[in-house]
Amino acid sequence: MVDKIVKCFLIVIACAFALLMLGLPLAAVATYALREGYGVFIAAITDPYALSALRLTLLTTVISVSVNTVFGLFAAWALTRFSFKGRSLLTTVMDIPFAVSPVIAGLVFILVFGRIGWAAPVLSFLNLKIVFALPGIVLATIFVTFPFVSRELIPVLNARGVAEEEAAALMGASGWKIFFRITLPHIKWALMYGVILCSARALGEFGAVSVVSGHLRGKTNTLPLHVEVLFGEFHLTAAFAVSSILMLIAILTLILKTVVEVKGKKEGASAIVELKGKNEGANAIVELNGIKEGSSV
Amino acid sequence: MKKQSKPARIIIAALAAAIMLSSISGCGQTSASAGQSPKAPVEITNVSYDPTRELYEAYNKVFQAYWKAEADQDVTIVQSHGGSGKQARSVLEGNEADVVTLALEYDIAELEKGGLIEPGWVNEFEKNSAPYTSTIVFLVRKDNPKNIEDWDDIVVPGIEVITPDPKTSGGARWNFLAAWAFALKLYSGDEAQTTQFLKDLYTNVSVLDSGARGSTTTFVENGKGDVLLAWENEAFLSLKEHPGEFEIVTPSVSILAQPSVAIVDEVAKKRGTEEIAKAYLQHLYSDEAQKLAGENYYRPSNTAILQEFSSTFDLSLELVEIDKDFGGWEAATAKFFADDAIFDQIYEQ
Amino acid sequence: MGAFGKRGKARVIPGFGLSMGITVSMVSLIVIVPMLSILVILSGMSLADIWKAATERKVLAAYWVSLSASFIAAVVNSVFGVILAWCLVRYKFPGRRLLDGFIELPFALPTAVAGIALTTLCLPDGWIGRLFTGFGISISYTRIGITVALIFIGIPFVVRSVQPVLEKLGPECEEAAQMLGASKTRTFFKVIFPEIMPAALTGFGLAFARGLGEYGSVIFIAGNIPYKTQIVPLLIMSKLEQFNYGDAAAIALVMILFSFFILFAINLAQSKISKAEKG
Repeated sequence: MVDKIVKCFLIVIACAFALLMLGLPLAAVATYALREGYGVFIAAITDPYALSALRLTLLTTVISVSVNTVFGLFAAWALTRFSFKGRSLLTTVMDIPFAVSPVIAGLVFILVFGRIGWAAPVLSFLNLKIVFALPGIVLATIFVTFPFVSRELIPVLNARGVAEEEAAALMGASGWKIFFRITLPHIKWALMYGVILCSARALGEFGAVSVVSGHLRGKTNTLPLHVEVLFGEFHLTAAFAVSSILMLIAILTLILKTVVEVKGKKEGASAIVELKGKNEGANAIVELNGIKEGSSV
Repeated sequence: MKKQSKPARIIIAALAAAIMLSSISGCGQTSASAGQSPKAPVEITNVSYDPTRELYEAYNKVFQAYWKAEADQDVTIVQSHGGSGKQARSVLEGNEADVVTLALEYDIAELEKGGLIEPGWVNEFEKNSAPYTSTIVFLVRKDNPKNIEDWDDIVVPGIEVITPDPKTSGGARWNFLAAWAFALKLYSGDEAQTTQFLKDLYTNVSVLDSGARGSTTTFVENGKGDVLLAWENEAFLSLKEHPGEFEIVTPSVSILAQPSVAIVDEVAKKRGTEEIAKAYLQHLYSDEAQKLAGENYYRPSNTAILQEFSSTFDLSLELVEIDKDFGGWEAATAKFFADDAIFDQIYEQ
Repeated sequence: MGAFGKRGKARVIPGFGLSMGITVSMVSLIVIVPMLSILVILSGMSLADIWKAATERKVLAAYWVSLSASFIAAVVNSVFGVILAWCLVRYKFPGRRLLDGFIELPFALPTAVAGIALTTLCLPDGWIGRLFTGFGISISYTRIGITVALIFIGIPFVVRSVQPVLEKLGPECEEAAQMLGASKTRTFFKVIFPEIMPAALTGFGLAFARGLGEYGSVIFIAGNIPYKTQIVPLLIMSKLEQFNYGDAAAIALVMILFSFFILFAINLAQSKISKAEKG
């Protein structure tokens, strides 16, 4: 009886909190987006500036996520497959973007590539434009999403150990072969999870991009920046309409993420059963048991 | 390593493709309308301050038509808006603007110091390169429930004032100086009392947005505060956007706000857009553009056209001037807005 | 974990050079070189100037606003995060999966969108704000508003740190304790709490660090009044807009040190966890 009351109480608290903090903002965006009818909504999201902002945002996301994915894979490989001096230092440095304010992230790129930055003479010699143009926006986005993919991969790779890869390597398989045949199948869900989180963050980045963008309409305004522009133009409804597009993308991302998570978990579980059943890879089982029981090992 | 190169090449190719894609779509925009016109279409960038969004949206259309007739060339104008200081900073840091149309002469002077604009720009166009002027007024809620008539009504406790941050907003500096001018007159030149007046005023400020438009949104859309210290044009625009919700109150003393325009010589030279940039700013003085300024609630600098709008603007308002009454922006900035200057002191203690 | 063949042995697995090369050059290009530019700017200033810029009274007040708001937000998130994680792991109820899926919403939702949505909600006549107007409390443009925004963006951290620990713990532990005669509350505080404490701390630290630097969602709701509602990221922006790069860099450096300290504390907590696990 007491159990039930406690259970209900906790669930109510949890749900109330989630509803208040997560549900209400969503509801507010949706309501405000549609408060002046569908006509205004459609007009706002098909506005040429909105569309060019959407295109820029998507392009930025695709580039920065691909770069971070490639980097994340290499970094996770380097950090989990080898031991070397300064490994923990490297891990910490990679985490810096987590801890640094997006504003500072934008600032540092200005200080390097801006007209007053120390790389400016080189850039003007090469006639290259980094900040206040696409490359700057991409760089800032890569910076803020830098650790996302590798962070998801490292724990999985650590937990798996290196036995299989070592065995394959001893049998003479090339690095790429080992990676594609052995490592990748095991980390694919974690990889997808990381890519999804990374994309979500890249799509919505505001602070850092706002510093390096220059806010040129139709050129360097990303969708989140466009929301701010509309917010400042007495177009509150339009701002919410564009927001709702970003919100829809966010919700889709979350659904995708949940699917990946569930699939990943299922596959992970069946892999364990398989391993146990076939009595193969004793190392792996020891590993898994080690994680599960923790203190008993 | 050698036998690993195939997948490596795939990855590099994929990255290259991504970069190619980006450059193609980047170019796509500028070359879209090429073809029919004898001269290649040109693109110029106008980096402006917050409240001019509507003005330049209208003016750019006028200028496009004018330039098509005059030079038979299509022109695209890319706009950017934000707090005046923020916009000047982005240009200084490499945001390539062909022209800047900012809220303060001071912000453009910063660009001159940074070597982007050649000295003497103030006299490049008529009227100190200020094609339109404005002033600072109060925007209050309907029927003026707090009975705000003049500056001394907004320093009493219980009034909630909305104004942007003078550190970052041009409009906010005009607001500050207008209030200063009023108080200085009230206390017949006693600066200690005047400072206290400003202190009381800023004690009543509940939100200090970074730009003028942010403050307007806070007051108008978000319903915060009893009075908004606003650009006259911004106040009129709010009336237009939300009819019947607000009223404009003109204080007894205000300031002649002269937003300045200039060609960013370094960029225009590099891009070869000097001629069109000059024409773009020069055409702001044409009758057509002056009327447009009036319709967008800026006071046209052309006095004849200004008279046409005498029913809109309170032309009898006493206006102090930055050069005459404050010794120019350089001096005013050092005295009021620099670090540890009067504005900072107001917030200390 | 997984320490096979790592100690001193010749490297069996290929690809060390390539992967290390790419990792180190990317880290240098994206993180180290840009971050060093802060030091480059600071190197042009005297120590006294840096100290003055970083400890100006207005700046100190902004640190305080940022630190206190993120701290409170992180505490709130720790409490509700543990409850949320507990419910998600231990109870079955309708909508559980939905709730679980939406925990990461603050990650996925652009901060600007969150900012304008929260501001609108918290206005005196907004859905949330109106409940408090009666008590004379205003949320938007006050420190409360800043804290609300920071709570929003920090939600996932504690939940996602605690959840796996609870999953691993399983109900067996509690059942055993109860069979030995411990009461429910006693079980919770003596058995479960110590287990999830380190994870909750990690989540707390991450939420805290994230809150310190948050910009997008806060700028719409923060009043930006010096000494009262001016947060550090906004102050940095303000310094930049006054062309004062030195001061901005000095303040940025202090913020980075704060965050580093927090990250360091997290790593310490984490290494304690793994030590405890190895027992």
